[in-house]
Amino acid sequence: MIVRSNREIAENIFEMTLQGEIVQEITAPGQFLHIKPSAQPVPLLRRPISICNNNKQNNELTIIYRTEGEGTTLLSERKENDSVDVLGPLGNGFSIDETKQEETALIVGGGVGVPPLYSLALALFERGVKVTTVLGFADAASVFYENRFKEAGEVYVSTIDGSAGSKGLVTDVIDNESLQFDRLYACGPTPMLKALEENYPNAQGSLSLEERMGCGIGACFACVCHTQNDPGGSEYRKVCSDGPVFPWREVVL
Amino acid sequence: MTRLQTNLPGLTMKNPIMPASGCFGFGEEFANLYDLNQLGAIALKATTNHPRFGNETPRVAETPAGMLNAIGLQNPGLDKVISEKLSWLETYDTPLLANIAGTTMEDYEEVAADLSETNQVGALELNISCPNVKEGGIAFGTDPDLAAELTRRVKAVSTCPVYVKLSPNVTDITVLAQAVERAGADGLSMINTLSGMKIDIHSGKPLLANESGGLSGPAIKPIAIRMIHEVRKQTELPIIGMGGISTLNDIIEFIIAGADAVAVGTANFTNPFICPELIDELEDYAKAKGLENIQELRQKGVNSF
Ligand SMILES: Cc1cc2nc3c(=O)[nH]c(=O)nc-3n(C[C@H](O)[C@H](O)[C@H](O)COP(=O)(O)OP(=O)(O)OC[C@H]3O[C@@H](n4cnc5c(N)ncnc54)[C@H](O)[C@@H]3O)c2cc1C
Ligand SMILES: Cc1cc2nc3c(=O)[nH]c(=O)nc-3n(C[C@H](O)[C@H](O)[C@H](O)COP(=O)(O)O)c2cc1C
Ligand code: FES
Repeated sequence: MIVRSNREIAENIFEMTLQGEIVQEITAPGQFLHIKPSAQPVPLLRRPISICNNNKQNNELTIIYRTEGEGTTLLSERKENDSVDVLGPLGNGFSIDETKQEETALIVGGGVGVPPLYSLALALFERGVKVTTVLGFADAASVFYENRFKEAGEVYVSTIDGSAGSKGLVTDVIDNESLQFDRLYACGPTPMLKALEENYPNAQGSLSLEERMGCGIGACFACVCHTQNDPGGSEYRKVCSDGPVFPWREVVL
Repeated sequence: MTRLQTNLPGLTMKNPIMPASGCFGFGEEFANLYDLNQLGAIALKATTNHPRFGNETPRVAETPAGMLNAIGLQNPGLDKVISEKLSWLETYDTPLLANIAGTTMEDYEEVAADLSETNQVGALELNISCPNVKEGGIAFGTDPDLAAELTRRVKAVSTCPVYVKLSPNVTDITVLAQAVERAGADGLSMINTLSGMKIDIHSGKPLLANESGGLSGPAIKPIAIRMIHEVRKQTELPIIGMGGISTLNDIIEFIIAGADAVAVGTANFTNPFICPELIDELEDYAKAKGLENIQELRQKGVNSF
């Protein structure tokens, strides 16, 4: 794909727009790309990055990533018109068909778990669903897309240090604001997902998981997780090809 | 097109390139991307007598020009491999090299007997070198007497040729190669991954849940080349060479070192189309050099053509 823009939108957080035919193959919010950060053998592996949004008219999609290590740092150095080796779209995204018009969807994102939720929020909004979003970040400097999510409905932001929005975790926001919902969608750090699953043991909706990957297409078994209600411990799901989005309580967090 | 034709015991291949065991599952994922009949052969993921979940995650870690994996031989077990995976593969005419693993000699015998009886696998590949399972496995790969006994016993119950996949985690790989040759191996496959570890300096703990894992990718290529070169001096057994192959020149280097065919592992993860791409490149290369058969390259170097 060709880089159309690549800019820092928050501290160490980059938004990259890519153009290419594969945009036509995107079927649901929450799918991801497997990106080769360098044509050289170092770093070797592809990096999984969620698709944040896409525009099929002009074959463009957006990703948002944090510069964590070698691969994402190399990605942040790409300039307009550079090409990027991309495999995708991969994985199964969020299914929104079961969410009805009159229902309320609560979308909860933490850090770089926020990006795939943006196109989800827009898709739910277009469907006529009432969308409420809660976004959690470390501090004010790392907040992004707060205003973009307002296109889809009400937005609450929390930061661990209280430097933006309310102080605390996303779960504190939901409690303090007594947010009600019919469907819960979430992506973020595992402790956040665990807390949500504990607090809302009957939640309907889905969550998106992260795991270290090899192939990204289901062949290498690097990314498996256990399923719940599996006393034998032999059942599994592959995050790359069965997920990364799963219904609540399907997999062990 | 016979320039790439490669005939090894049990494996009549239209070209000498196959995906390596464990890096290609049972082919289903890649069948969505290209026609598996293009491949010289397919080395299947290791099969054990009972289903295995494998290790906890993280199961992979990146290292300079390589990766560590500790999948732990996850597979659906012998019965399901036969009823689901092999029956799915029936529609392809590409020869299959079935990789088998176990913790006891009896495990290997059971899997070998049942798989060879299906008549669907061209040959077996004894994985005596997986560094990622605590029991058995690696011991068979490092002790020449055990390796020989296992080879003999598996040969006795198998109706198809048996290749032994050698471990690089030994002082002198030629000792193992000769031991399994004397025990009746029909071919060698080398090399499996090298045992390694990566420590997360932030947590101070090994990054992989299994702590150690097997190193693969370009980083191990010089070791594979050296070992194949050494073994080739000692034996005429067919060698399926692997370890870090990702380019045409890598394949040429493996053939010159002594490989009769090659397997591509980790490179399937960075480029899922790598096998058909390399097959095309090798075909073009053989044509451009006027080779009647690719094995003419052996021990000559590319400049003699
Ligand atoms: C399905 C999925 C979607 C993701 N979406 C996004 C996103 O939209 N934005 C974003 O910033 N990040 C996202 N991540 C996390 C992202 O993949 C890692 O931050 C990235 O791989 C780190 O690479 P690096 O080279 O910078 O770090 P390094 O630490 O140098 O990476 C070393 C190796 O570890 C792997 N790795 C390290 N951290 C992770 C992680 N958290 N998850 C998976 N593999 C990891 C890398 O892929 C690489 O193979 C996603 C992960 C998954 C699994
Ligand atoms: C994720 C992964 C899984 C593997 N699983 C197996 C296996 O099941 N049986 C086996 O004999 N070798 C297995 N291997 C080893 C490869 O077949 C191959 O010998 C090794 O990776 C070297 O080749 P490469 O550098 O091209 O990957 C595995 C390797 C990787 C990376
Ligand atoms: S990353 Fe290979 S199976 Fe998921």
